[in-house]
Amino acid sequence: MATTTSEAAVPISGQTRRSRLAERGVDRTLLLLLPALVLLLAMFAYPFIYGLQLSLRPQEGGGLLANYRNFFSDAYEAGTIWKTLKLAIPATAVNVLASIPIAYFMRGPFRGKRLLTAILVVPVTLGTVLVAEGLLRYLGPRGWFNRTLIELGILSEPLRLVHNYWGVLFSLIITGFPFAFLLILSYMSGIDPTLERAAATLGAGPWQRFRRILLPLLAPGLATTAVLCFVLAFAVFPSASLVGQPSGSTRVLSIAAYHAAFEDYDYSMGSAIAMIMGGVELAVIGLLLFGRSRLYSGPSTGGKG
Amino acid sequence: MTRGIVARPGAWLVWGAVGFFLINLAGLIGEVVVNSLGTRWFDAWLPEGFTFKWYSDAWSEFALSHVLIVTFEVALAVIAISLLVGVPAAYALARRQFPGKRWVMLLLLLPLVLPPLTYGIPFATLLYELRVAGTLTGVILANLVPAIPFVILVMTPFIEQIDPNVESAARMCGASTRRLMTKVLVPLLIPGILAAGLLVLVRTVAMFELTFLTSGPDSQTLVVALYNAAFAAGIRADQSIDAMAVLYMLTTLVLLLAALRFVNPTQLVSRVREEPTK
Repeated sequence: MATTTSEAAVPISGQTRRSRLAERGVDRTLLLLLPALVLLLAMFAYPFIYGLQLSLRPQEGGGLLANYRNFFSDAYEAGTIWKTLKLAIPATAVNVLASIPIAYFMRGPFRGKRLLTAILVVPVTLGTVLVAEGLLRYLGPRGWFNRTLIELGILSEPLRLVHNYWGVLFSLIITGFPFAFLLILSYMSGIDPTLERAAATLGAGPWQRFRRILLPLLAPGLATTAVLCFVLAFAVFPSASLVGQPSGSTRVLSIAAYHAAFEDYDYSMGSAIAMIMGGVELAVIGLLLFGRSRLYSGPSTGGKG
Repeated sequence: MTRGIVARPGAWLVWGAVGFFLINLAGLIGEVVVNSLGTRWFDAWLPEGFTFKWYSDAWSEFALSHVLIVTFEVALAVIAISLLVGVPAAYALARRQFPGKRWVMLLLLLPLVLPPLTYGIPFATLLYELRVAGTLTGVILANLVPAIPFVILVMTPFIEQIDPNVESAARMCGASTRRLMTKVLVPLLIPGILAAGLLVLVRTVAMFELTFLTSGPDSQTLVVALYNAAFAAGIRADQSIDAMAVLYMLTTLVLLLAALRFVNPTQLVSRVREEPTK
Protein backbone atom coordinates (compact mmCIF):
# COMPACT_ATOMS: atom_id res chain seq x y z
CA MET A 1 0.00 0.00 0.00
CA ALA A 2 2.82 2.34 0.85
CA THR A 3 4.19 1.94 -2.69
CA THR A 4 0.94 2.95 -4.33
CA THR A 5 0.82 6.20 -2.42
CA SER A 6 4.41 7.05 -3.22
CA GLU A 7 3.83 6.26 -6.89
CA ALA A 8 0.76 8.39 -6.91
CA ALA A 9 2.96 11.27 -5.75
CA VAL A 10 4.94 11.05 -8.99
CA PRO A 11 3.37 13.24 -11.70
CA ILE A 12 1.15 11.12 -13.91
CA SER A 13 2.72 12.31 -17.15
CA GLY A 14 6.26 11.25 -16.04
CA GLN A 15 4.97 7.85 -14.94
CA THR A 16 3.27 7.11 -18.22
CA ARG A 17 6.13 8.42 -20.30
CA ARG A 18 8.53 6.10 -18.55
CA SER A 19 6.27 3.09 -19.05
CA ARG A 20 5.59 4.11 -22.63
CA LEU A 21 9.34 4.26 -23.26
CA ALA A 22 9.84 0.93 -21.51
CA GLU A 23 7.26 -0.60 -23.83
CA ARG A 24 9.36 0.48 -26.79
CA GLY A 25 12.44 -1.01 -25.19
CA VAL A 26 13.95 2.15 -23.74
CA ASP A 27 14.79 1.51 -20.10
CA ARG A 28 17.77 1.62 -17.83
CA THR A 29 19.41 -1.41 -19.48
CA LEU A 30 20.24 0.88 -22.37
CA LEU A 31 22.57 2.83 -20.11
CA LEU A 32 24.94 -0.10 -20.54
CA LEU A 33 25.37 0.99 -24.14
CA LEU A 34 26.43 4.46 -23.12
CA PRO A 35 30.19 4.01 -22.47
CA ALA A 36 30.71 2.22 -25.77
CA LEU A 37 28.67 4.78 -27.70
CA VAL A 38 30.43 7.73 -26.09
CA LEU A 39 33.86 6.26 -26.82
CA LEU A 40 32.98 5.46 -30.43
CA LEU A 41 31.42 8.85 -31.03
CA ALA A 42 34.48 10.55 -29.56
CA MET A 43 37.12 8.39 -31.20
CA PHE A 44 35.50 7.38 -34.48
CA ALA A 45 32.66 9.71 -35.44
CA TYR A 46 34.31 12.93 -34.25
CA PRO A 47 37.69 12.34 -35.94
CA PHE A 48 35.84 11.29 -39.06
CA ILE A 49 33.80 14.49 -39.19
CA TYR A 50 36.90 16.49 -38.26
CA GLY A 51 38.72 14.89 -41.20
CA LEU A 52 35.81 15.65 -43.52
CA GLN A 53 35.81 19.36 -42.64
CA LEU A 54 39.62 19.43 -42.68
CA SER A 55 39.51 18.11 -46.24
CA LEU A 56 37.21 21.00 -47.16
CA ARG A 57 39.72 23.58 -45.92
CA PRO A 58 42.61 23.22 -48.36
CA GLN A 59 46.01 24.35 -47.12
CA GLU A 60 46.66 26.37 -50.26
CA GLY A 61 43.17 27.82 -50.41
CA GLY A 62 41.12 27.66 -53.57
CA GLY A 63 37.67 26.98 -52.23
CA LEU A 64 35.90 24.15 -50.47
CA LEU A 65 36.47 21.45 -53.04
CA ALA A 66 39.98 22.43 -54.16
CA ASN A 67 41.54 19.26 -52.72
CA TYR A 68 39.05 17.03 -54.45
CA ARG A 69 39.41 18.96 -57.70
CA ASN A 70 43.19 18.68 -57.55
CA PHE A 71 42.97 14.97 -56.84
CA PHE A 72 40.69 14.17 -59.75
CA SER A 73 42.41 16.47 -62.25
CA ASP A 74 45.88 15.03 -61.56
CA ALA A 75 46.13 11.78 -63.52
CA TYR A 76 48.88 10.44 -61.24
CA GLU A 77 46.67 10.93 -58.17
CA ALA A 78 43.34 9.92 -59.68
CA GLY A 79 45.01 6.83 -61.14
CA THR A 80 45.46 5.47 -57.61
CA ILE A 81 41.72 4.66 -57.49
CA TRP A 82 42.05 2.46 -60.54
CA LYS A 83 45.29 0.91 -59.25
CA THR A 84 43.62 0.01 -55.95
CA LEU A 85 40.59 -1.50 -57.65
CA LYS A 86 42.83 -3.36 -60.11
CA LEU A 87 44.40 -5.13 -57.13
CA ALA A 88 41.39 -5.50 -54.85
CA ILE A 89 38.82 -6.76 -57.37
CA PRO A 90 40.91 -9.58 -58.91
CA ALA A 91 42.13 -10.61 -55.45
CA THR A 92 38.53 -10.77 -54.19
CA ALA A 93 37.37 -12.66 -57.28
CA VAL A 94 40.18 -15.23 -57.08
CA ASN A 95 39.74 -15.76 -53.34
CA VAL A 96 35.98 -16.22 -53.54
CA LEU A 97 35.83 -18.24 -56.77
CA ALA A 98 38.66 -20.60 -55.77
CA SER A 99 37.06 -21.17 -52.39
CA ILE A 100 33.74 -22.44 -53.82
CA PRO A 101 34.92 -25.77 -55.32
CA ILE A 102 37.38 -26.37 -52.48
CA ALA A 103 34.75 -25.80 -49.82
CA TYR A 104 32.36 -27.99 -51.88
CA PHE A 105 34.65 -30.99 -51.65
CA MET A 106 35.61 -30.39 -48.05
CA ARG A 107 32.26 -29.69 -46.46
CA GLY A 108 31.76 -33.24 -45.20
CA PRO A 109 33.66 -34.48 -42.17
CA PHE A 110 37.08 -36.03 -42.86
CA ARG A 111 40.19 -36.87 -40.91
CA GLY A 112 42.47 -33.91 -40.28
CA LYS A 113 39.82 -31.30 -41.09
CA ARG A 114 40.42 -29.47 -37.84
CA LEU A 115 44.18 -29.46 -38.49
CA LEU A 116 43.70 -28.17 -42.03
CA THR A 117 41.44 -25.34 -40.92
CA ALA A 118 43.94 -24.49 -38.18
CA ILE A 119 46.76 -24.30 -40.75
CA LEU A 120 44.64 -22.07 -42.95
CA VAL A 121 44.11 -19.60 -40.11
CA VAL A 122 47.90 -19.09 -39.89
CA PRO A 123 48.28 -16.66 -42.83
CA VAL A 124 45.33 -14.63 -41.55
CA THR A 125 46.99 -14.20 -38.16
CA LEU A 126 50.47 -13.56 -39.61
CA GLY A 127 49.18 -10.40 -41.23
CA THR A 128 50.22 -8.55 -44.33
CA VAL A 129 53.58 -7.24 -43.11
CA LEU A 130 55.02 -10.67 -42.46
CA VAL A 131 53.56 -12.16 -45.63
CA ALA A 132 55.12 -9.30 -47.60
CA GLU A 133 58.50 -9.90 -45.97
CA GLY A 134 58.24 -13.63 -46.70
CA LEU A 135 57.24 -13.06 -50.33
CA LEU A 136 60.26 -10.81 -50.85
CA ARG A 137 62.47 -13.79 -50.03
CA TYR A 138 60.41 -16.64 -51.44
CA LEU A 139 59.41 -15.11 -54.78
CA GLY A 140 62.64 -13.15 -55.19
CA PRO A 141 64.97 -13.88 -58.11
CA ARG A 142 67.05 -16.21 -55.91
CA GLY A 143 64.17 -17.51 -53.83
CA TRP A 144 63.06 -21.10 -53.59
CA PHE A 145 60.13 -20.59 -55.97
CA ASN A 146 62.18 -19.42 -58.94
CA ARG A 147 64.97 -21.86 -58.08
CA THR A 148 62.56 -24.81 -58.18
CA LEU A 149 61.15 -23.79 -61.55
CA ILE A 150 64.65 -23.34 -62.99
CA GLU A 151 65.93 -26.67 -61.65
CA LEU A 152 62.86 -28.40 -63.09
CA GLY A 153 63.74 -26.85 -66.45
CA ILE A 154 60.45 -24.96 -66.72
CA LEU A 155 62.19 -21.59 -66.76
CA SER A 156 65.57 -20.50 -68.04
CA GLU A 157 65.73 -17.29 -66.04
CA PRO A 158 63.88 -16.18 -62.91
CA LEU A 159 60.44 -14.62 -63.18
CA ARG A 160 60.14 -11.09 -61.83
CA LEU A 161 57.50 -11.54 -59.14
CA VAL A 162 58.41 -8.98 -56.50
CA HIS A 163 58.59 -5.19 -56.55
CA ASN A 164 55.70 -5.14 -58.98
CA TYR A 165 51.95 -5.70 -59.31
CA TRP A 166 52.17 -9.49 -59.04
CA GLY A 167 53.90 -9.54 -55.67
CA VAL A 168 51.11 -7.46 -54.15
CA LEU A 169 48.40 -9.57 -55.76
CA PHE A 170 50.01 -12.75 -54.38
CA SER A 171 50.22 -11.24 -50.91
CA LEU A 172 46.51 -10.39 -51.08
CA ILE A 173 45.68 -13.94 -52.16
CA ILE A 174 47.80 -15.55 -49.46
CA THR A 175 46.17 -13.55 -46.68
CA GLY A 176 42.71 -13.39 -48.26
CA PHE A 177 42.14 -16.89 -49.59
CA PRO A 178 42.13 -18.73 -46.23
CA PHE A 179 39.74 -16.11 -44.89
CA ALA A 180 37.34 -16.51 -47.83
CA PHE A 181 37.64 -20.29 -47.71
CA LEU A 182 36.80 -20.58 -44.00
CA LEU A 183 33.81 -18.26 -44.40
CA ILE A 184 32.44 -20.11 -47.41
CA LEU A 185 33.05 -23.47 -45.76
CA SER A 186 30.97 -22.42 -42.78
CA TYR A 187 28.20 -21.12 -45.06
CA MET A 188 28.27 -24.35 -47.05
CA SER A 189 28.14 -26.49 -43.90
CA GLY A 190 25.03 -24.54 -42.91
CA ILE A 191 23.08 -25.83 -45.93
CA ASP A 192 20.99 -28.86 -45.11
CA PRO A 193 22.34 -31.88 -47.07
CA THR A 194 18.83 -33.38 -47.27
CA LEU A 195 17.89 -30.70 -49.80
CA GLU A 196 20.51 -32.09 -52.15
CA ARG A 197 19.51 -35.66 -51.45
CA ALA A 198 15.93 -34.79 -52.27
CA ALA A 199 17.08 -33.33 -55.58
CA ALA A 200 19.11 -36.48 -56.27
CA THR A 201 16.04 -38.61 -55.60
CA LEU A 202 14.17 -36.54 -58.15
CA GLY A 203 16.88 -37.34 -60.67
CA ALA A 204 19.20 -34.32 -60.58
CA GLY A 205 22.83 -35.00 -61.51
CA PRO A 206 25.79 -33.61 -59.51
CA TRP A 207 26.13 -30.52 -61.70
CA GLN A 208 22.40 -29.80 -61.61
CA ARG A 209 22.35 -30.22 -57.83
CA PHE A 210 25.23 -27.78 -57.51
CA ARG A 211 23.81 -25.29 -60.01
CA ARG A 212 20.16 -25.41 -58.95
CA ILE A 213 20.26 -26.16 -55.21
CA LEU A 214 23.59 -25.33 -53.64
CA LEU A 215 24.58 -22.22 -55.56
CA PRO A 216 21.33 -20.27 -55.05
CA LEU A 217 21.37 -21.07 -51.32
CA LEU A 218 25.02 -20.12 -51.10
CA ALA A 219 24.76 -16.89 -53.11
CA PRO A 220 23.93 -14.49 -50.23
CA GLY A 221 26.85 -15.94 -48.25
CA LEU A 222 29.10 -15.50 -51.26
CA ALA A 223 28.12 -11.84 -51.50
CA THR A 224 28.92 -11.31 -47.81
CA THR A 225 32.26 -13.08 -48.20
CA ALA A 226 33.05 -10.96 -51.23
CA VAL A 227 32.33 -7.80 -49.24
CA LEU A 228 34.63 -8.85 -46.39
CA CYS A 229 37.40 -9.95 -48.76
CA PHE A 230 37.11 -6.73 -50.68
CA VAL A 231 37.37 -4.71 -47.45
CA LEU A 232 40.59 -6.56 -46.59
CA ALA A 233 42.10 -6.22 -50.04
CA PHE A 234 41.06 -2.60 -50.56
CA ALA A 235 42.92 -1.45 -47.45
CA VAL A 236 46.18 -2.88 -48.87
CA PHE A 237 49.04 -0.80 -47.55
CA PRO A 238 52.08 -2.59 -46.11
CA SER A 239 52.39 -5.12 -48.92
CA ALA A 240 51.88 -2.48 -51.61
CA SER A 241 54.85 -0.56 -50.27
CA LEU A 242 57.06 -3.58 -49.43
CA VAL A 243 56.55 -6.10 -52.27
CA GLY A 244 55.06 -3.61 -54.68
CA GLN A 245 56.29 -0.59 -56.56
CA PRO A 246 55.07 2.12 -54.18
CA SER A 247 55.78 4.97 -56.58
CA GLY A 248 54.58 3.19 -59.71
CA SER A 249 52.23 0.36 -60.53
CA THR A 250 51.11 -0.26 -56.95
CA ARG A 251 50.75 3.31 -55.74
CA VAL A 252 47.36 2.57 -54.19
CA LEU A 253 44.99 5.00 -52.49
CA SER A 254 46.32 4.26 -49.02
CA ILE A 255 49.88 5.07 -50.09
CA ALA A 256 48.75 8.30 -51.75
CA ALA A 257 46.82 9.32 -48.61
CA TYR A 258 49.71 8.45 -46.30
CA HIS A 259 52.15 10.25 -48.55
CA ALA A 260 50.08 13.43 -48.65
CA ALA A 261 49.48 13.54 -44.90
CA PHE A 262 52.78 12.41 -43.43
CA GLU A 263 55.43 13.09 -46.05
CA ASP A 264 54.09 16.32 -47.59
CA TYR A 265 52.51 17.28 -44.23
CA ASP A 266 49.36 18.37 -46.08
CA TYR A 267 46.86 16.94 -43.59
CA SER A 268 44.01 18.54 -45.48
CA MET A 269 44.88 16.74 -48.72
CA GLY A 270 45.61 13.52 -46.80
CA SER A 271 42.15 13.64 -45.23
CA ALA A 272 40.59 14.35 -48.62
CA ILE A 273 42.23 11.24 -50.11
CA ALA A 274 41.20 9.24 -47.03
CA MET A 275 37.58 10.35 -47.58
CA ILE A 276 37.76 9.45 -51.27
CA MET A 277 39.11 6.05 -50.27
CA GLY A 278 36.20 5.47 -47.88
CA GLY A 279 33.73 6.67 -50.50
CA VAL A 280 35.03 4.37 -53.24
CA GLU A 281 35.01 1.41 -50.88
CA LEU A 282 31.47 2.04 -49.70
CA ALA A 283 30.33 2.44 -53.32
CA VAL A 284 31.71 -0.99 -54.27
CA ILE A 285 30.24 -2.57 -51.12
CA GLY A 286 26.92 -0.92 -51.94
CA LEU A 287 26.98 -2.48 -55.41
CA LEU A 288 27.77 -5.92 -53.96
CA LEU A 289 25.02 -5.65 -51.35
CA PHE A 290 22.57 -4.39 -53.97
CA GLY A 291 23.34 -7.52 -56.00
CA ARG A 292 22.85 -9.58 -52.87
CA SER A 293 19.43 -8.07 -52.14
CA ARG A 294 18.22 -9.35 -55.50
CA LEU A 295 19.19 -12.93 -54.65
CA TYR A 296 17.19 -15.56 -52.82
CA SER A 297 17.10 -14.97 -49.09
CA GLY A 298 15.39 -17.40 -46.83
CA PRO A 299 16.03 -20.51 -44.78
CA SER A 300 18.74 -22.84 -46.04
CA THR A 301 18.15 -25.47 -43.38
CA GLY A 302 15.14 -27.14 -44.97
CA GLY A 303 11.76 -27.86 -43.42
CA LYS A 304 11.06 -30.36 -40.70
CA GLY A 305 10.13 -33.94 -41.51
CA MET B 1 32.98 -41.48 -50.00
CA THR B 2 29.76 -41.96 -51.93
CA ARG B 3 30.30 -39.27 -54.50
CA GLY B 4 31.09 -41.68 -57.32
CA ILE B 5 33.51 -41.56 -60.20
CA VAL B 6 32.21 -38.31 -61.70
CA ALA B 7 33.51 -36.22 -58.82
CA ARG B 8 36.93 -37.83 -58.69
CA PRO B 9 38.99 -35.73 -61.14
CA GLY B 10 37.49 -32.62 -59.59
CA ALA B 11 38.43 -33.78 -56.12
CA TRP B 12 42.01 -34.40 -57.21
CA LEU B 13 42.18 -30.95 -58.75
CA VAL B 14 40.89 -29.40 -55.55
CA TRP B 15 43.35 -31.29 -53.35
CA GLY B 16 46.10 -30.29 -55.77
CA ALA B 17 45.17 -26.62 -55.49
CA VAL B 18 45.12 -26.79 -51.69
CA GLY B 19 48.44 -28.65 -51.71
CA PHE B 20 49.99 -26.03 -53.99
CA PHE B 21 48.77 -23.25 -51.72
CA LEU B 22 50.11 -24.95 -48.60
CA ILE B 23 53.50 -25.71 -50.23
CA ASN B 24 53.92 -22.05 -51.15
CA LEU B 25 52.84 -20.97 -47.69
CA ALA B 26 55.38 -23.34 -46.15
CA GLY B 27 58.06 -22.04 -48.55
CA LEU B 28 57.28 -18.45 -47.66
CA ILE B 29 57.53 -19.08 -43.93
CA GLY B 30 60.41 -21.57 -44.27
CA GLU B 31 62.63 -19.26 -46.26
CA VAL B 32 62.30 -16.50 -43.66
CA VAL B 33 63.13 -18.98 -40.87
CA VAL B 34 66.12 -20.48 -42.73
CA ASN B 35 67.47 -17.05 -43.64
CA SER B 36 67.28 -15.93 -40.02
CA LEU B 37 69.40 -18.93 -38.99
CA GLY B 38 71.90 -18.89 -41.88
CA THR B 39 75.44 -17.52 -41.98
CA ARG B 40 76.13 -16.70 -45.61
CA TRP B 41 73.56 -17.53 -48.28
CA PHE B 42 74.37 -16.98 -51.91
CA ASP B 43 73.22 -18.84 -54.98
CA ALA B 44 72.19 -22.10 -53.30
CA TRP B 45 69.26 -23.95 -51.77
CA LEU B 46 70.50 -23.48 -48.22
CA PRO B 47 72.98 -21.22 -46.41
CA GLU B 48 76.56 -22.33 -45.86
CA GLY B 49 76.16 -22.71 -42.13
CA PHE B 50 73.76 -22.07 -39.30
CA THR B 51 73.95 -19.70 -36.36
CA PHE B 52 71.79 -18.02 -33.73
CA LYS B 53 73.86 -14.85 -33.92
CA TRP B 54 71.18 -12.86 -35.82
CA TYR B 55 68.72 -13.27 -33.00
CA SER B 56 70.98 -11.60 -30.46
CA ASP B 57 71.82 -8.96 -33.08
CA ALA B 58 68.15 -8.27 -33.76
CA TRP B 59 67.37 -8.24 -30.06
CA SER B 60 69.85 -5.45 -29.38
CA GLU B 61 69.64 -3.57 -32.72
CA PHE B 62 65.87 -3.21 -32.71
CA ALA B 63 65.52 -2.91 -28.89
CA LEU B 64 63.13 -5.82 -29.05
CA SER B 65 62.64 -6.18 -25.31
CA HIS B 66 61.23 -2.66 -25.26
CA VAL B 67 59.14 -3.32 -28.37
CA LEU B 68 57.69 -6.51 -26.88
CA ILE B 69 56.81 -4.76 -23.63
CA VAL B 70 55.05 -1.99 -25.58
CA THR B 71 53.20 -4.57 -27.70
CA PHE B 72 51.81 -6.34 -24.66
CA GLU B 73 51.04 -3.12 -22.79
CA VAL B 74 49.00 -1.94 -25.75
CA ALA B 75 47.31 -5.32 -26.20
CA LEU B 76 46.40 -5.73 -22.54
CA ALA B 77 45.06 -2.20 -22.23
CA VAL B 78 42.99 -2.63 -25.39
CA ILE B 79 41.60 -5.98 -24.20
CA ALA B 80 40.73 -4.69 -20.75
CA ILE B 81 39.01 -1.51 -21.93
CA SER B 82 37.21 -3.06 -24.90
CA LEU B 83 35.83 -5.92 -22.76
CA LEU B 84 34.79 -3.59 -19.97
CA VAL B 85 32.95 -1.32 -22.37
CA GLY B 86 31.91 -3.85 -25.00
CA VAL B 87 30.34 -6.64 -22.94
CA PRO B 88 27.69 -4.46 -21.25
CA ALA B 89 26.92 -2.81 -24.59
CA ALA B 90 26.54 -6.22 -26.23
CA TYR B 91 24.15 -7.18 -23.42
CA ALA B 92 21.96 -4.15 -24.05
CA LEU B 93 21.97 -4.77 -27.81
CA ALA B 94 21.15 -8.47 -27.44
CA ARG B 95 18.27 -7.94 -25.02
CA ARG B 96 16.56 -4.78 -26.20
CA GLN B 97 14.85 -3.57 -29.34
CA PHE B 98 14.71 0.20 -29.32
CA PRO B 99 14.19 3.06 -31.74
CA GLY B 100 17.47 4.11 -33.36
CA LYS B 101 19.04 0.67 -33.00
CA ARG B 102 19.88 0.70 -36.72
CA TRP B 103 22.00 3.82 -36.22
CA VAL B 104 23.84 2.23 -33.34
CA MET B 105 24.55 -0.83 -35.50
CA LEU B 106 25.83 1.45 -38.26
CA LEU B 107 28.18 3.17 -35.81
CA LEU B 108 29.44 -0.30 -34.81
CA LEU B 109 29.89 -1.61 -38.35
CA LEU B 110 31.56 1.39 -39.96
CA PRO B 111 34.85 1.17 -37.99
CA LEU B 112 35.13 -2.48 -39.03
CA VAL B 113 34.25 -1.94 -42.68
CA LEU B 114 35.96 1.33 -43.55
CA PRO B 115 39.67 1.06 -44.44
CA PRO B 116 41.70 1.81 -41.27
CA LEU B 117 43.50 4.62 -43.09
CA THR B 118 40.24 6.44 -43.81
CA TYR B 119 39.67 7.27 -40.17
CA GLY B 120 43.27 6.65 -39.10
CA ILE B 121 44.60 9.72 -40.94
CA PRO B 122 42.12 12.23 -39.44
CA PHE B 123 42.55 10.47 -36.09
CA ALA B 124 46.33 10.80 -36.20
CA THR B 125 46.01 14.44 -37.29
CA LEU B 126 43.78 15.09 -34.30
CA LEU B 127 46.32 13.43 -32.01
CA TYR B 128 48.99 15.78 -33.35
CA GLU B 129 46.76 18.74 -32.55
CA LEU B 130 46.13 17.41 -29.04
CA ARG B 131 49.88 16.68 -28.66
CA VAL B 132 49.40 13.02 -27.75
CA ALA B 133 50.72 11.75 -31.08
CA GLY B 134 53.43 9.13 -30.71
CA THR B 135 52.50 8.26 -27.14
CA LEU B 136 51.31 4.94 -25.81
CA THR B 137 47.93 6.52 -25.00
CA GLY B 138 47.41 7.49 -28.64
CA VAL B 139 48.22 3.97 -29.83
CA ILE B 140 45.83 2.42 -27.31
CA LEU B 141 43.02 4.84 -28.22
CA ALA B 142 43.48 4.15 -31.94
CA ASN B 143 43.37 0.39 -31.42
CA LEU B 144 40.19 0.67 -29.34
CA VAL B 145 38.25 2.01 -32.33
CA PRO B 146 37.94 -1.34 -34.14
CA ALA B 147 38.28 -3.42 -30.94
CA ILE B 148 35.12 -2.19 -29.19
CA PRO B 149 32.72 -2.95 -32.08
CA PHE B 150 34.50 -6.27 -32.58
CA VAL B 151 33.93 -7.30 -28.94
CA ILE B 152 30.28 -6.26 -29.17
CA LEU B 153 29.67 -8.26 -32.35
CA VAL B 154 31.47 -11.36 -31.02
CA MET B 155 29.68 -11.21 -27.66
CA THR B 156 26.12 -10.62 -28.91
CA PRO B 157 25.44 -14.24 -30.00
CA PHE B 158 26.93 -15.54 -26.74
CA ILE B 159 24.50 -13.38 -24.79
CA GLU B 160 21.55 -14.33 -26.98
CA GLN B 161 22.22 -17.97 -26.09
CA ILE B 162 21.53 -17.30 -22.39
CA ASP B 163 17.86 -17.89 -21.60
CA PRO B 164 16.31 -14.67 -20.20
CA ASN B 165 14.35 -16.92 -17.81
CA VAL B 166 17.60 -17.61 -15.96
CA GLU B 167 17.83 -13.90 -15.22
CA SER B 168 14.18 -13.66 -14.21
CA ALA B 169 14.67 -16.59 -11.85
CA ALA B 170 17.64 -14.88 -10.21
CA ARG B 171 15.57 -11.71 -9.84
CA MET B 172 12.70 -13.69 -8.29
CA CYS B 173 15.13 -15.12 -5.76
CA GLY B 174 16.03 -11.56 -4.80
CA ALA B 175 19.33 -10.98 -6.61
CA SER B 176 20.26 -7.34 -7.09
CA THR B 177 21.49 -6.14 -10.48
CA ARG B 178 25.08 -6.30 -9.30
CA ARG B 179 24.69 -9.86 -7.97
CA LEU B 180 22.87 -10.85 -11.15
CA MET B 181 25.88 -9.60 -13.14
CA THR B 182 28.64 -11.12 -11.02
CA LYS B 183 26.99 -14.40 -9.98
CA VAL B 184 24.89 -15.32 -13.02
CA LEU B 185 25.78 -13.51 -16.24
CA VAL B 186 29.56 -13.22 -16.07
CA PRO B 187 30.14 -16.90 -15.13
CA LEU B 188 27.86 -17.98 -17.99
CA LEU B 189 29.65 -15.64 -20.38
CA ILE B 190 33.21 -16.68 -19.48
CA PRO B 191 33.72 -18.73 -22.70
CA GLY B 192 32.53 -15.83 -24.81
CA ILE B 193 34.62 -13.28 -22.92
CA LEU B 194 37.67 -15.49 -23.26
CA ALA B 195 37.10 -15.92 -26.99
CA ALA B 196 36.52 -12.20 -27.54
CA GLY B 197 39.58 -11.29 -25.47
CA LEU B 198 41.84 -13.68 -27.37
CA LEU B 199 40.56 -12.50 -30.73
CA VAL B 200 41.15 -8.89 -29.75
CA LEU B 201 44.65 -9.88 -28.64
CA VAL B 202 45.40 -11.53 -32.00
CA ARG B 203 43.94 -8.59 -33.91
CA THR B 204 45.76 -5.95 -31.87
CA VAL B 205 49.14 -7.65 -32.19
CA ALA B 206 48.62 -7.89 -35.97
CA MET B 207 46.99 -4.44 -36.38
CA PHE B 208 49.41 -2.54 -38.55
CA GLU B 209 47.82 0.55 -40.07
CA LEU B 210 46.41 2.29 -37.00
CA THR B 211 49.46 1.64 -34.84
CA PHE B 212 51.74 2.72 -37.67
CA LEU B 213 49.92 6.05 -38.01
CA THR B 214 49.77 6.85 -34.31
CA SER B 215 53.00 5.45 -32.85
CA GLY B 216 56.26 7.25 -32.32
CA PRO B 217 59.75 5.80 -31.95
CA ASP B 218 59.06 4.78 -28.33
CA SER B 219 55.57 3.39 -28.82
CA GLN B 220 56.06 0.99 -31.74
CA THR B 221 54.52 -2.44 -31.53
CA LEU B 222 56.30 -5.48 -32.95
CA VAL B 223 54.53 -5.42 -36.31
CA VAL B 224 55.32 -1.74 -36.86
CA ALA B 225 58.97 -2.25 -35.90
CA LEU B 226 59.09 -5.13 -38.40
CA TYR B 227 57.60 -2.98 -41.15
CA ASN B 228 60.03 -0.14 -40.47
CA ALA B 229 62.98 -2.53 -40.57
CA ALA B 230 61.76 -4.19 -43.78
CA PHE B 231 61.01 -0.82 -45.37
CA ALA B 232 64.52 0.44 -44.64
CA ALA B 233 66.08 -2.82 -45.89
CA GLY B 234 69.77 -2.43 -46.62
CA ILE B 235 70.52 -0.50 -43.43
CA ARG B 236 70.49 -3.67 -41.31
CA ALA B 237 71.44 -7.19 -42.29
CA ASP B 238 68.64 -9.13 -44.00
CA GLN B 239 69.09 -11.91 -41.53
CA SER B 240 68.43 -9.84 -38.45
CA ILE B 241 65.25 -8.44 -40.03
CA ASP B 242 64.17 -12.03 -40.63
CA ALA B 243 65.11 -12.95 -37.07
CA MET B 244 62.69 -10.28 -35.92
CA ALA B 245 60.10 -11.64 -38.38
CA VAL B 246 60.50 -15.11 -36.83
CA LEU B 247 60.04 -13.69 -33.34
CA TYR B 248 56.88 -11.98 -34.58
CA MET B 249 55.67 -15.25 -36.11
CA LEU B 250 56.31 -17.13 -32.88
CA THR B 251 54.35 -14.53 -30.91
CA THR B 252 51.34 -14.72 -33.21
CA LEU B 253 51.50 -18.52 -33.41
CA VAL B 254 51.49 -18.88 -29.61
CA LEU B 255 48.50 -16.54 -29.46
CA LEU B 256 46.80 -18.42 -32.27
CA LEU B 257 47.30 -21.80 -30.58
CA ALA B 258 45.90 -20.35 -27.37
CA ALA B 259 42.92 -18.98 -29.30
CA LEU B 260 42.29 -22.28 -31.12
CA ARG B 261 42.04 -24.11 -27.81
CA PHE B 262 38.95 -22.06 -27.04
CA VAL B 263 37.52 -21.21 -30.44
CA ASN B 264 36.97 -23.53 -33.38
CA PRO B 265 38.02 -21.69 -36.56
CA THR B 266 34.89 -22.48 -38.58
CA GLN B 267 32.76 -21.58 -35.60
CA LEU B 268 34.80 -18.43 -35.16
CA VAL B 269 34.08 -17.45 -38.70
CA SER B 270 30.39 -18.18 -38.52
CA ARG B 271 30.18 -15.84 -35.55
CA VAL B 272 32.11 -13.15 -37.34
CA ARG B 273 30.03 -13.59 -40.48
CA GLU B 274 27.18 -11.61 -38.95
CA GLU B 275 29.25 -8.44 -39.33
CA PRO B 276 28.12 -6.99 -42.62
CA THR B 277 24.70 -8.58 -42.94
CA LYS B 278 22.94 -6.21 -40.59
